[in-house]
Amino acid sequence: MKIAIASGKGGTGKTTVATAFAQALSRKEYSVSLVDCDVEAPNAHIFIQPILDQFEDVNVLIPSVDADSCTGCGLCAEVCQFHAIVVIGGKTLVFPEMCHGCGSCTLVCPEQAISEIPNRLGVLEGGLSQEGIRFGHGILDIGEPMAVPVISKLKKWQNLMDAEIVVIDSPPGASCPVVESLRGADYIILVTEPTPFGLHDLRQAYQVTQVLGIPAGIIINRDGIGDTGVDQYSAEVGIDILMRIPLERKIGQGIAQGKSLLEVKPEYEKYFQQLYLQIGEALSSGNNL
Amino acid sequence: MIIAISSTDGKFNTEFSPRFGRCNFFIIVDTDTREWESKPNPALNARGGAGPQAVQFLSGAGVEATITGRYGPNAYTTLEAAGIRAYVAEAGTPEELLDAFLSGTLEEVSSATGEELHH
Amino acid sequence: MKQLVILSGKGGTGKTSVAAAFADLLSPENAPFKTVLADADVDASNLELVLKPSVVEREKFWGGSVAEIDSDNCSACGICAEVCRFDAVSVKDDVYTVDPIACDGCAACVYQCPNEAISMKEQLAGEWYRSESLYGPLFHAMLIPAQENSGKLVTLVKQQARLLALDEAYDLVLVDGPPGIGCPVISAVSGANLALIVAEPTASGVHDMHRVLETTRHFGVEALICINKADIYLDGTNKIEEYCRKENIRMVGKIPFDLMVTESMIHGKPVTSYQSNSPASLAIRDVWTGVMKALKDQEL
Repeated sequence: MKIAIASGKGGTGKTTVATAFAQALSRKEYSVSLVDCDVEAPNAHIFIQPILDQFEDVNVLIPSVDADSCTGCGLCAEVCQFHAIVVIGGKTLVFPEMCHGCGSCTLVCPEQAISEIPNRLGVLEGGLSQEGIRFGHGILDIGEPMAVPVISKLKKWQNLMDAEIVVIDSPPGASCPVVESLRGADYIILVTEPTPFGLHDLRQAYQVTQVLGIPAGIIINRDGIGDTGVDQYSAEVGIDILMRIPLERKIGQGIAQGKSLLEVKPEYEKYFQQLYLQIGEALSSGNNL
Repeated sequence: MIIAISSTDGKFNTEFSPRFGRCNFFIIVDTDTREWESKPNPALNARGGAGPQAVQFLSGAGVEATITGRYGPNAYTTLEAAGIRAYVAEAGTPEELLDAFLSGTLEEVSSATGEELHH
Repeated sequence: MKQLVILSGKGGTGKTSVAAAFADLLSPENAPFKTVLADADVDASNLELVLKPSVVEREKFWGGSVAEIDSDNCSACGICAEVCRFDAVSVKDDVYTVDPIACDGCAACVYQCPNEAISMKEQLAGEWYRSESLYGPLFHAMLIPAQENSGKLVTLVKQQARLLALDEAYDLVLVDGPPGIGCPVISAVSGANLALIVAEPTASGVHDMHRVLETTRHFGVEALICINKADIYLDGTNKIEEYCRKENIRMVGKIPFDLMVTESMIHGKPVTSYQSNSPASLAIRDVWTGVMKALKDQEL
């Protein structure tokens, strides 16, 4: 089963929940993997402390033009939707950071003057945590705009995706990196904080789950910090509130130090284990929890 | 020769625009006759790659030199490929910059001077 | 005219709360800088929740395009599926369809289809707004959930803010940035004179602060750091201060954890307006002083 953790607003506690969830389940002897898809700002490794022994570059294939064969016809520039290849002054210029690696220019060139070379966007790293959780994350190179290809390749790592339970830690927001992280999940846990910002962004995130057609539930983190807006919204829309994690200085400080939630509040181990069973039941019966 | 100066409001006597790829207008001047016209920059709302697109526009208009505050790497690479000479200035109206260009006091650049604006 | 962008790397460090407070401190009677505000976090635009603006102008945002296969002309040759590098083409019972969510908009399939059976359809991806608030003009946007091209919408919001600022001789464009370091952040950073990084002293916060700092460095934008929730983990705060000293980065303030920030958010006001003498408000004033000094120093 693939369970993704998303939020809308940043800093609500996705990684806190994802890591605690993965740890709780691995202690129940399931085979668990934790996939950190927040490739712009990955943090899960801080809490899980995997021993990294697998590394893979993420490359996009970008065009390389053979100036001798190029006739300057400009067809490549015409088909490029991203302005990554330009013909001017009898020369063909490639702008790698604009290139999506689609291969279209390479295919259309009538002189077959274009070949493809790899352009690195980032790196994937993986390994086992001391508790036996299979871990993987992606790290987008500084200055590279596109997170999606890195996430996409991370989610193709078979040893991660083959685990009995795959826990996916997704980035904040509601646009393409989030969509790429959440695609293919069986269930999505939306982590929010009970404040106006949290609620506003939760609505966006919930819409994403609807667009993807994946059932979702809510975990309220820092419960008590704000107001009842999220509760009201959940009731109106009919999303289950799966769990509440209270606003407690002890939790905040533990997380600040890089400790996992289970280290600070061991009782959450069984809450997350129960949650997993409930999600499983809900999915098989097609009902809410 | 024909040169282009980046501009915010398309006027000859108001402060120029220090940005190249997404300035609002280019002031296109004939350095021999001093005749000028203002043309809207088609790359202003470009989806991406504004610098190179602006250069393509200027190249098509017969421009041989450009004056602005700074060039991103992609804009510069395209200017170089097009054989257009790139100059920079810190301040001035298009009229003042034309004079500076004619008297040879403007700095010509041989590499990108601004940060990469990838969009 | 200068551009200040507020970033963080990690989400939830308090960018929007700080941006709102700055908007308050800058608003007409207070400020030496006449300011236009821009909310560049288009996925999750929260600044409007505390500035309570009225929308004056709204425009649709057309993002990229997605491919659509005309089944009448499709000969089921499968070339589109072969060339697609984004796993967007699927086939069932010889009917080929494009998944609009997976489609990257590259149009490779359009040009390769032997029957010209594929066309690109523009996607409505969101809206952007020009609004008026008590604190000045605000440009913001809403990205339709699950849409692409948020970076382009960010560019559009900033551009509109910049155009107004130039037209009406404003001194400053203040940009509330998105979390992360990818495309939307890069769009938010472009053209900025100064970046204020709102860091939090937690393990994750420090890690991501480094990533966003490397990003501003990469794009040649001067960065200042302030630490929010500075008292929740003194070890972390010390680490950040030491790093700034070593690397010669200006640290412009430390804001304590203050529940008044959340309370003011609930009441729809910047914290400095809601309770001007709360610990966070006082600290944010100091941060603002540091930022103003840095902006003025740049003019020298």
